[in-house]
Amino acid sequence: MALIHAARSRVSAFSGGKASMPYVLLAPGLIFLFTFFILPIANLAQTSTQTPIAGGDTGEYEQTFHFANYVNAFLDNKEQFGRSFLYATLATVLALAIAYPLAYAIALKSGKFKNFLLVLVVAPFFTSFLLRTIAWKQILGEGGFVVPTLRGLHIIGEQTSLTASAVAVVAGMTYNFLPFMTLPLYASLERIDPRTLEASGDLYANGITTFRKVTLPLSMPGVVAGTLLTFIPAAGDYVNAAILGNPNTKMIGNVIDSSFFKIVDYPTAAALSFTLMIAILILVTIYIRKSGTDELV
Amino acid sequence: MADASTSAKGDLRLTRITKSFGDFTAVDDLSLVIPEGSFFALLGPSGCGKTTTLRIIAGLEEPTVGSIHIGAVDITTKKSYQRPINTVFQNYALFPHLTIYENVAFGLRRRGIKDVKEAVDKVLNLVELPHLAQRKPTQLSGGQQQRIALARAIVNRPALLLLDEPLGALDLKLRRQMQIELKWIQTEVGLTFVHVTHDQEEAMTMADTIAVMNEGKIEQMGSPADLYDNPETAFVANFLGQSNLIKGTVEGTDGDSLVVNVFSQRIKIAKSRSHAKDNSVLAGIRPEKIRIHPEGTPATGNVLTGGVIADVSYIGVSTQYQVEMPWKQELMVFEQNDDGVPPLNKGDAVVLSWESIFTFALAGDEDASAGSEVMPEDLDE
Repeated sequence: MALIHAARSRVSAFSGGKASMPYVLLAPGLIFLFTFFILPIANLAQTSTQTPIAGGDTGEYEQTFHFANYVNAFLDNKEQFGRSFLYATLATVLALAIAYPLAYAIALKSGKFKNFLLVLVVAPFFTSFLLRTIAWKQILGEGGFVVPTLRGLHIIGEQTSLTASAVAVVAGMTYNFLPFMTLPLYASLERIDPRTLEASGDLYANGITTFRKVTLPLSMPGVVAGTLLTFIPAAGDYVNAAILGNPNTKMIGNVIDSSFFKIVDYPTAAALSFTLMIAILILVTIYIRKSGTDELV
Repeated sequence: MADASTSAKGDLRLTRITKSFGDFTAVDDLSLVIPEGSFFALLGPSGCGKTTTLRIIAGLEEPTVGSIHIGAVDITTKKSYQRPINTVFQNYALFPHLTIYENVAFGLRRRGIKDVKEAVDKVLNLVELPHLAQRKPTQLSGGQQQRIALARAIVNRPALLLLDEPLGALDLKLRRQMQIELKWIQTEVGLTFVHVTHDQEEAMTMADTIAVMNEGKIEQMGSPADLYDNPETAFVANFLGQSNLIKGTVEGTDGDSLVVNVFSQRIKIAKSRSHAKDNSVLAGIRPEKIRIHPEGTPATGNVLTGGVIADVSYIGVSTQYQVEMPWKQELMVFEQNDDGVPPLNKGDAVVLSWESIFTFALAGDEDASAGSEVMPEDLDE
């Protein structure tokens, strides 16, 4: 906040004291937000309490402030809600487990290869998200190397298949959101002054203690940012479940997708979207409060 | 975490330490004994190897060759967290996520000490900042952070405290004040302090013993007065203050003095202050030791005639003269403005004189400009 105030006073000083200058500069962003966020959200809210017009065609609804839509939508899809948050949590934890060592190595140990490795992290974005997700079918299929290897190690049985499974959905989500986890982690690890790590060693902390007491706490802003950037889109994701899953791995995104495009039940889709949004908001708020990183950022 | 080495006590001994980075030798066959309880300064220009030496002592760098002992305990292969040594880092390196209290308690907690409150409170009182215990480092000024960095180190009562340019980031006035405070704290806690700096004034104010380093080696070691009055090399003569170095030839002796011919004028140099290897010498005299008189004034001691004032700078406490001598060398003279006599003017013919005891002699084959090309003030690393 102090920064914004400082920036604002500098801007006004620059423009010769015109108090309106900050608002002029904010206007394009505000207009964009209003048109493409506030209006659609209001429209969605409106749709969520509509009911079908008696004797009307498919897809014809009228506003009746039928709030029971929310209750019905939630009760009919409890399972999918639960699954969405479960899968998103699993994918987030897995992505964190993979991304932290990766970001740590790139930020602190890679020397002159740092930029090259960072390019590799974002390189997958140069091919289509869909294509990369479909590729996981191949990787986890009978012809891939994963299934024979796991069978050979007796981790999965001879009959078990990984395609069209919860494992595949979570694996796809973990993979797809990995860069969103890695980059903020990298940014916060890279910002750590290496001398604080030396100071920790100087003050009788060995490598593991230094990691627990200095590196990890100082990288918490990155952990929080990375987990949010993974969890939020993962909770609403439907592509991974659609491509890599089966009817028993449906997530709430898939339900919204089908109620909107297939059943043409706009109110249910809108009510589910709203419920998901509010659930995520509550979870994220609790998470940020608990993690206590607001001071660190 | 405390093992035998963390309880080591005694003098610090570096034995034949060499540290190479590829082709570059940062520290070159350096041996050094730092007595327990002393305030020791490693002084030198940037790149002279002083910071590398400090990091080797701290355990942050491994020497390529050589060994380090504290008392009888060999700590050469100990990791930094196993050494009874703490460091005050150049930019303090306080932990930004911890309060001042927890920063100071960090080392104690790592050594498994449960009840830290008394020790932490005591050291915060020593640095006069107990009211800041619950703040975060970013809420403190540079001078306050400096004191906390010091408190965080001395609370552990290490056998050795290392200070890496600890005052470099402070402004001049604060630096002067902290120099005095550091010296006082060292006396108070009685720990061995090893202080690395490129600032000769800082080293001279605080240290009992100074080692002047150049190109990975120690040029000379001694008390500040010793180094200043009786430098052994041109580098020390020029790096520690300023010196006039005049080429001369030893012609004979007169009691305890050498008689030296400098461009056909004769001066005396005490034998005890001569570091010449043969008859060829560089006669040295500090600018503030020289008295300047208008031509024709009778003068005693060592006298050089035939000078002409090439430049005059009035700087308040003193007037600085550049005097061109008949052999075209410009000598520097600092004259205290304490006699009510107006400064001499540019172009005046003058005689220079000084007490012969202030003269020192260096080997004649030395580079008279060594250590003077770079002013220490420009060497902020």
